[in-house]
Amino acid sequence: MSLHAQDDPQLRKDQEARLRAVWKPPSGWFFRWTDVNNNRIGVWYTLTAFGFMLFAGVLALIMRTQLAVPDNDLVSANTFNQLFTLHGSMMMFLFAVPMFEAVSIILLPQLLGARDLPFPRLSAFGYWSFLLGGVFVGGSIFFNAAPDGGWFMYPPLTTRTDLSGIGADIWMLGLSFIEVSSVAAAVELIVGVLKCRPPGMRLNLMPLYAWYILVVAVMILFAFPPLIAGDLLFEMERLLGWPFFDASKGGDPLLWQHLFWIFGHPEVYIVFLPSIALFAMLIPTFAQRHLLGYPWIVLAAVGTAFLSFGLWVHHMFTTGLPKISLAFFSAASEAVAIPTGVQIFAFIATLWAGKVKWSVPLLYASGSLAIFVIGGLTGVMVAIAPFDWQAHDTYFIVAHLHYVLIGGTLLPLFGGLYYYWPLITGKTLSDRLGRIAFWIMFVGVNLTFFPMHLSGLEGMPRRVFTYPADLNIGWLNLASTLGSYLFASGVLVLVIDLMLSPTRKKAPRNPWNAGTLEWLAHPDDEDWGIRSVPLIESRYPIWDQKDFVAKVDEGRFFLPDAEEGRRETIITSVLDAKPVSVIRLGTPSVKPMMTAVALGAVFILTTYHLYLLAAFGGVATLGCVLWWLWDTAAIPEKHEKPIGHGIDLPLYIAGPAAPGWWAMFITMMADATAFSGLVFGYYFYWTIHPNFGADFAGPGTYWPMVALLLSLASWVATVAAREVHSRGAVSPARALLVVGALAAIASLGAGLRSLDGLDPQANVYPAIVWVLVIWTVIHAAIGAIMQSYTVARSLAGRMTPAYDADLRNITVYQHFFALTALIAYLTAGLFPEAGL
Amino acid sequence: MRRWLRRARDLRVTLWTLIVPPTTWAAHFLFSYLWAAISCAKLGAWARFPTAFAIGTVAALLVIVIAGLIAWHQARTPGAPAPHDEGTEVDRLRFLAYSTLLLSGLSFIAVVFTAAPVIILSDCR
Ligand code: HEM
Ligand SMILES: [Cu+2]
Repeated sequence: MSLHAQDDPQLRKDQEARLRAVWKPPSGWFFRWTDVNNNRIGVWYTLTAFGFMLFAGVLALIMRTQLAVPDNDLVSANTFNQLFTLHGSMMMFLFAVPMFEAVSIILLPQLLGARDLPFPRLSAFGYWSFLLGGVFVGGSIFFNAAPDGGWFMYPPLTTRTDLSGIGADIWMLGLSFIEVSSVAAAVELIVGVLKCRPPGMRLNLMPLYAWYILVVAVMILFAFPPLIAGDLLFEMERLLGWPFFDASKGGDPLLWQHLFWIFGHPEVYIVFLPSIALFAMLIPTFAQRHLLGYPWIVLAAVGTAFLSFGLWVHHMFTTGLPKISLAFFSAASEAVAIPTGVQIFAFIATLWAGKVKWSVPLLYASGSLAIFVIGGLTGVMVAIAPFDWQAHDTYFIVAHLHYVLIGGTLLPLFGGLYYYWPLITGKTLSDRLGRIAFWIMFVGVNLTFFPMHLSGLEGMPRRVFTYPADLNIGWLNLASTLGSYLFASGVLVLVIDLMLSPTRKKAPRNPWNAGTLEWLAHPDDEDWGIRSVPLIESRYPIWDQKDFVAKVDEGRFFLPDAEEGRRETIITSVLDAKPVSVIRLGTPSVKPMMTAVALGAVFILTTYHLYLLAAFGGVATLGCVLWWLWDTAAIPEKHEKPIGHGIDLPLYIAGPAAPGWWAMFITMMADATAFSGLVFGYYFYWTIHPNFGADFAGPGTYWPMVALLLSLASWVATVAAREVHSRGAVSPARALLVVGALAAIASLGAGLRSLDGLDPQANVYPAIVWVLVIWTVIHAAIGAIMQSYTVARSLAGRMTPAYDADLRNITVYQHFFALTALIAYLTAGLFPEAGL
Repeated sequence: MRRWLRRARDLRVTLWTLIVPPTTWAAHFLFSYLWAAISCAKLGAWARFPTAFAIGTVAALLVIVIAGLIAWHQARTPGAPAPHDEGTEVDRLRFLAYSTLLLSGLSFIAVVFTAAPVIILSDCR
């Protein structure tokens, strides 16, 4: 054996000491919360989401107690409305989605053998936004101010301020704030999967969990923004009286339903696929063999993601849409059963082919699949429009949705909890308590929700706070209530098990004998993530690669050291994971937390109509963001550094190879999707209203065209600046950027000018024109800020022709801005004039 | 045909090619929905034979079939023996191609599903 530097134990000790020092978490009663290590943030995130789940569960128990017997008066109708709205909203927005993001933030860096994901500060920001928004929304029930319009908040009852209190604003603004944090996490996860894989982990070697997370994060990018657009219109109507959903002024409540369900249906898969992803990790472990049909699973994940966007109208079967439209959505609903079935068959086949060990996680996996399949079958039933007309808004739907959500989200997560607990805490959970909890929950779920199918078919509508005795469904409801308490006691057993865990002894490393990278984690975890970044040659490296664990631990792979005292990780190429660069990661900082607080202030103060203070919050947010960005993309002290094995990598990259560029690109995809939601609104009104745009004055053609030309000028100037800058002409580039910023500001003026004389409160047509133009104008302002910021970076010596990430990133923004301006101004200025 | 297919093998396969078939499905779906919504809202019905719809459907199916053919050919690029899960260039190509092929199949079925109602139902009510 050759003598290798890493054979020297002293060297390894020194390296470990350096790594430990760099990755040391901040301490102190306050500063420990400024940590930005995803390992730690992920744990806070998970605990918080779990807490919200327990809270929402208690709300459900109160509801079930109220419904136990006919004509009960435990809670008033008003309280009941708040209970089910908050229960549903919290379960979906504050538990299911954040939980998957939280778990992924913990698991992904380890699965990908990365020191950390690329934007740890962004994760911290997401977490603090989530905590703040969640407490705000959840806490409202203690002030009798919780939203009460159901989790889908259908207007017009919810937009009429005389019929709904502050609760509706809390829902809209609080949850929009949380959606921002969900999108932030999605950006982190997508870039993490694409760019932070270890060398050699080509796309076909990627753990299936990473595939699923990639797919789900992309889904979030396309699903959440339409809801954000809807929220925007909703609040415009509530706060300013712009009649988007008010039929008496040309609006239409159905638009909300469209925007909500374009989000709402994919949401169901957003919370289901990550749980399936957990199965894809634990089933091979307990079958002790590779998962069968790897490309089939990728097909299933990608296929489900796509098809799920074609289903939204199946929630609107009873709204009187043309039958032909319903048929399209019914067809897509049936088609999505194909990829779902494929995944389940791949799992069954793997178990069949392996020698199965019936452990607790596997018990949860199979039990929850059984429950999910029952929910899936009733799903196929309600996807058929005529059946849905019978079952719509009855307890049959409540039964269906809970079978799917509990079988598809909650129980799989519990299975994952048992599986991954040793990874995160170093301790195992009790086998016995785990089995007891499972069986109690399994019986409880069926006892709670199976009778609901029957009570629904007997005619019990959902969302009623009580029912008369002569409907003869008292016994069914009593059974449901008993079941829900049974289920809750199962959860209690599980919680007790978790509480007892600290008293238990350490588990061995990799206790289940798994083959994937995350199990490199040691029971006495270090904060550095991974000792050295491995070279991957197969899908189950711990099983397949010789001496793999020892080599990682002895620092024999890449980047075993932190000579410069900086937190670092390796960036690789998207397809083949060829190493392209080493990046420096964010270190603990109060900035993410402060930004979250400032942004939270904007949303929360707006809820209480404190607009001036909210505006201050907006300025503070902008300040925080700029301050935060100022020390990113720093020019490194040297060009390259060795990562071992004779490979030198640059310390700075810009353009499509860089994580920052991807983050910008992805964020702009989300932004463009939100904008398409608004454009969809415009054309939606046009299709259903014969006189749309005819009875009220429009913006004319002149000013929108001027604004458009100026916006395009701003874009051209930026692209030109990037080109001349990369050729070394720094001063002309600065001048072009200044011109670009001035053009953007002028376009802002012209855009506003075009709104002169349009009264947005009068009719939906001027209102939607206002929204399109305001949206574009705000983007022009942000563009101008970015251009000025880039000039400042250049003047401060933080950007040079060789180090031009800032300029390249704002060019991406400008591409999207130009497209936005084009669509918005052509629509507003030409469309109604064209005589259509 | 053969020669074209052989040339297809040299096409660069990326993560983007993977989503061509389902994106085609999405475009067709959106087109169908908009076409039905607009013709029902503005005309109250569609003409006897929905020409635009038929053309759109055939075009979508064609794109999917071509993507599938190319993928099928690429998936058979010779190289290491089955099970094709090594960390080599060929196996990565074959994996992406095979997944694309599977997605073409799914997208084809989904487009046919979407088209079926137009043939079966023939008005807006
Ligand atoms: C044992 C656990 C649970 C019980 C006993 C329960 C019970 C209930 C009840 C009684 C309702 C109100 C039905 C109505 O009056 O219309 C409801 C609604 C709902 N639940 Fe659950 N639930 C549980 C778990 C969950 C989970 C895990 C999720 C999601 C991850 C969830 C999501 C929802 C949603 C979205 C609604 C609709 C709310 C609305 O109509 O606005 N539930 N649940
Ligand atoms: Cu749905």
